[in-house]
Amino acid sequence: MSADPRQFKQAASQALKNPRLQTALGRIKSHFVHKRAEAVERFGAFEALRHEGHAIRDRAIANLDMLLVQFEDSVRARGGQVHWARDADEARQAVADILRQAGARTVIKGKSMVTEEIGLNDFLEREGFTPVETDLGEYIVQLRHEAPSHIIAPAFHLNKEDIAQTFREAHTGLAPERALVERSALVAEARQILRRQFESADAGITGANFLTAAEGAAVLVTNEGNGDLSRLLPRTHIVVTGIEKVVANLSEASVLLRLLTRSATGQEITSYVTIMAGPVADDAAANTATRDFHVVLIDNGRSDLLGTEAQDALRCIRCAACLNHCPVYGAIGGHAYGATYPGPIGAALNPGLIGLADACHHPNASTFCGRCAEVCPVEIPLPQIMRSWRAREYEAEPRAGARKIGFTLWAFVARRPALYRFATRIAARMIPYLGHMPLTAAPLLAGWLNGRTLPRANGHTFHDLWRQRQ
Amino acid sequence: MSGKERHVGLFVTCLVDLLRPEIGFATARLLEMAGCTVVVPSAQTCCGQPAWNAGADDHARALARQTIDAFAGLDYVVAPSGSCAGTIKRHYPTMLADDAAYAAKARDLADRTYELSAFLVRICGMNDLAARTNTKITYHDSCSSLRDLGVRNEPRALLAQIAGTELCELSDGEVCCGFGGMFSAKYPEISTHMADNKLADVESTGAEMLVGNDLGCLMHLEARAKHQKRNLRVRHIAEFLCEAMPEPDTGKV
Ligand code: SF4
Repeated sequence: MSADPRQFKQAASQALKNPRLQTALGRIKSHFVHKRAEAVERFGAFEALRHEGHAIRDRAIANLDMLLVQFEDSVRARGGQVHWARDADEARQAVADILRQAGARTVIKGKSMVTEEIGLNDFLEREGFTPVETDLGEYIVQLRHEAPSHIIAPAFHLNKEDIAQTFREAHTGLAPERALVERSALVAEARQILRRQFESADAGITGANFLTAAEGAAVLVTNEGNGDLSRLLPRTHIVVTGIEKVVANLSEASVLLRLLTRSATGQEITSYVTIMAGPVADDAAANTATRDFHVVLIDNGRSDLLGTEAQDALRCIRCAACLNHCPVYGAIGGHAYGATYPGPIGAALNPGLIGLADACHHPNASTFCGRCAEVCPVEIPLPQIMRSWRAREYEAEPRAGARKIGFTLWAFVARRPALYRFATRIAARMIPYLGHMPLTAAPLLAGWLNGRTLPRANGHTFHDLWRQRQ
Repeated sequence: MSGKERHVGLFVTCLVDLLRPEIGFATARLLEMAGCTVVVPSAQTCCGQPAWNAGADDHARALARQTIDAFAGLDYVVAPSGSCAGTIKRHYPTMLADDAAYAAKARDLADRTYELSAFLVRICGMNDLAARTNTKITYHDSCSSLRDLGVRNEPRALLAQIAGTELCELSDGEVCCGFGGMFSAKYPEISTHMADNKLADVESTGAEMLVGNDLGCLMHLEARAKHQKRNLRVRHIAEFLCEAMPEPDTGKV
């Protein structure tokens, strides 16, 4: 699982040549794009809802400090505890401390990208705990020691046959001759195995889609119900999530829910929507005291984005619509990014979360086609944010860097129309012969002509011909 | 065409200037047919988009100011490209928002700037080209036309005026072709993969010709098709329209 975002090009190249991955990626359209489009159509006034969602999230981000404090008070009032973590390390330690205090060993987990972001599972294993993913997709990638390749469908890069093979290798106690062809057989088998884990787990960790300040609640959507089980069955429940997930109250969260499910899977609502506020109350009052509820709130680079051009990315509700509509993600899948968040939202967030030097390819590997911003339920101007990272990268480059020199030379010429006319006249004459020239000194041009053959070119510039005509 | 005479500045675009001047002449011819006086300011070079997209903001701003000055005083600016028109119309005002001397000028130029088909249909009301072909075509919308400019119906309205043209729509017309300017050189493998998807879509329409309004996309797709020895003709919409019309009485194209 040691992915390196700096190896993006190589990883992308591998991904493009991987026929199984390409088959899986081919399903994005029917699985996500069409379903979203139909849901938006059925809803009708989706644009108005997007504006509303945008405004709700903007208000939340603008009042982040106040809402978080209010959230903490509300959680406390319900008998829960809030733990603040500045970075991944503090967050992991906080979780481990809670688990130790609760005397927990086996931990069942609902799907959570934030726990992926902080590398929680590996850490817990090293500390002697046994984390078990209970979302089917997460469970599959955990068995394969892989990272999720998609933020709402972790095993999207796999086909049924890949999953069947993974199960045969992992579930050695089951009859080897069993049939594992149908999707339903795979689900049934996972359910059978996971039931046992649910029953014996000491603690449950889930993420949260939203936190509501007024009620001190964490709202979670799932289609498998595993989030509820992770919360309800063990004695201890820990919600691990990012500070930006907070909104004012449940009624605002419910607007976002309508946007989220339609944008994500095209559902009006997911099979389960769990509102988790305070410790689970048992009917048998005696039991109540043994239950506890914790929320670990993680910053990990988020607050650094406040006041920058990337601040708008904090509005994200992680619906994955931008991934599903991104032609680059659609070509290479999620793993090539080598980071927790792939696709357009990754390109907007990763430079802030893991550093621009590591994530430099992410905002660059985009054509700025703009489909992500067009579908984003909270109207995040994703290409604009990517562009702002490019500008920061450009600024940070040394003056004598090849790219800066190139741009400076080009701009020098382009700002002198007479010189530009002269330079383009020569260039236009050369272009028809480009295919026959050694281009080692012009790597970008060579890159362009790798896999492309320049079509006919006139040999003269428009400006020259126009002047002759006048 | 009716209406008072419009002075239109032709923004040539770097690619048309360098590679396919025919498109510039076809554009000028269409504008003249629509009753416009075409001016080609010699102080124009590049709109600055490559610099802006790369984050070389100072260079981009300098070129934006130069373009604004070059087209000052003209009624309209028309580019045979959604991408360059989009840069001027959508991005100049942002780029120069904090520039006291140019912010208002940038907004003013943005208001006067159009992509060719949008200008011909919306402003000139061109509705009777009286031309014909016998060609089965498909049309590629550039992302900037669709999403920066909201230009989708206008090129189709023009194509519909050419008798004998059968337009077969792509099934994934909203999807990017993979050009993306510098992207196509920096990430050629991803870029050509996206081109292959687009070309497969083009092929499945059964069209013999691909028409579009952005030379960047078209050149990228044509170059990929040529590399793969696919049998596909590619035309800019201005060329396509002019080729379908009878030769003009005067002037040489
Ligand atoms: S950026 Fe927008 S589209 Fe992408 S995951 Fe976030 S909310 Fe969804």
